[in-house]
Amino acid sequence: MTAPADVSTATGKTTAAPVKAPRMTLSEWLIRTPVVLPLLTFVLILALWEGGTRLFNVPSYVLPAPSRILEGFSAIPASRWVEHVWSTLRVALIGYIASIVISLPIAVGLAKSRLLSRALYPLLVVIQSVPIVAVAPIIIVVLGTDDLPRIVITFMISFFPLVVSMTTGLMATPPELIELSRSLRAPVWREISQIRLPYATPYIFSGLKISITLSVVGAVVAEFVAAEAGIGYFIQFSTSMFKLPQAWAGLGILLVMSLALFQVVNLAQKILFPWSLPKERR
Amino acid sequence: MSIDQDAIRFSDVGMTFLTDHGPLTALSGVDVALKRHEFVAVLGPSGCGKSTLLRLTSGLMKATQGTVSVFGHPVSEPRDDIGIVFQQATLLPWANVLDNVTFPAKHKRGRVSASDRDHARQILATCGLAGFESRLPSELSGGMQQRVGIARALFLNPDILLMDEPFSALDALTRDAMGFELLRIWQASPKTVLFITHSIPEAVILADRVVVMSGRPGRVIADMEVPLGRPRDESSLRSPEMQDYMAHLRSLLIREEVA
Repeated sequence: MTAPADVSTATGKTTAAPVKAPRMTLSEWLIRTPVVLPLLTFVLILALWEGGTRLFNVPSYVLPAPSRILEGFSAIPASRWVEHVWSTLRVALIGYIASIVISLPIAVGLAKSRLLSRALYPLLVVIQSVPIVAVAPIIIVVLGTDDLPRIVITFMISFFPLVVSMTTGLMATPPELIELSRSLRAPVWREISQIRLPYATPYIFSGLKISITLSVVGAVVAEFVAAEAGIGYFIQFSTSMFKLPQAWAGLGILLVMSLALFQVVNLAQKILFPWSLPKERR
Repeated sequence: MSIDQDAIRFSDVGMTFLTDHGPLTALSGVDVALKRHEFVAVLGPSGCGKSTLLRLTSGLMKATQGTVSVFGHPVSEPRDDIGIVFQQATLLPWANVLDNVTFPAKHKRGRVSASDRDHARQILATCGLAGFESRLPSELSGGMQQRVGIARALFLNPDILLMDEPFSALDALTRDAMGFELLRIWQASPKTVLFITHSIPEAVILADRVVVMSGRPGRVIADMEVPLGRPRDESSLRSPEMQDYMAHLRSLLIREEVA
């Protein structure tokens, strides 16, 4: 045990001549401080955009200036915006939750049974490979024009990454722990709930993060095909009327919605399952 | 159970696996018996089926030939009186040390009682982990993680402890220290130990008997008492007799590694 003694003599020497903290350069400061740098980039791009469209007199149906897009927000009353947002959000969330609820048992089946995996997996790949945009009109005709077909379309887009990530996660459990479970003669459902599922949590969350943004895509695609409300519907309606600034405003709202939903999933993981994050991000 | 009854007995045990490349015989004609509270180390080249022996004893696998009996009963399924320590500690990363040790209760019975927790605290103290109950595995060193693994295996008070190269993932110094720690625990609460290893000094310093296995298919090529009294310490292996004994084991193993 000589190591601690060595350390203390070493530090004893350094206290005689205090170490000068090296001065941080501006670029170092920018790298270490969160938010500032991306915000600067964003503001710079907006300024270039605003300046460029004014300077070259770009018509607003080609590329509206940010200030014109801002005006687009007031094209319809706030209550109408809320209606549109709620319509899209509702479909996206219900479709998302449906895809979680449905992909979990499928993933457990795929992970536990090779028979089921052989039988089902090709089918899942086929479903995943179908261009949803092309099937959407068919689904709308079959299921009618209320929320249901839109939820189904959202589900079809968002469930595959979930099934894959959940199955991968459920199979990533160290085999020793499965042996431990078997040596304790524990029921299979406890093997899944107490060992496999918690182990799969990091994988499940990477799937959840991909799927949440996909579910917004799904809801919008469904609205493009048939809807009387929703941001997707609003964008399509606005472009057909050549009201591009307000279409861009709708796009901005969609972007904020996607980012917010993604952050909610991110935060849920941070708060509920901090151990499932890599150490440096806890 | 009578005192002179064998705790573990392998009678003409053979194990053949079906693989994608055809059948693979891992063990053949293994005859070994462990008395109650005996510490037996199994030495052998890699892939000789040492770990298979352990899985057959635990009831996780069934021999394709012969029988494995524990306290006179052929093993047909996992038993409560057997604890297993794996090569890696494989703790639950989301559960603290105490919850990892009580995990067998939670997993088997679905709940953990206050007395379970007290029992776990006692075992942790025996394993030199008092005060670490609420740490997460990621906050512990490799050696301490493996101590938690041992504590978990001891939780259900098994009479038999199966150890599958438990210290092979640790650095040399920790490894030696853990060996003596294990001997201390074993002397405090005697168990029948089947200890798989590929380290000759580790086998000799720990065990009452060393069983040497051949390369695949694994057979027993030597079964020798360790001519060493107890307690043992770092100097136990320095005598010329022990050096000769280990050299003999080495020559047996080298022949097998080459073959």
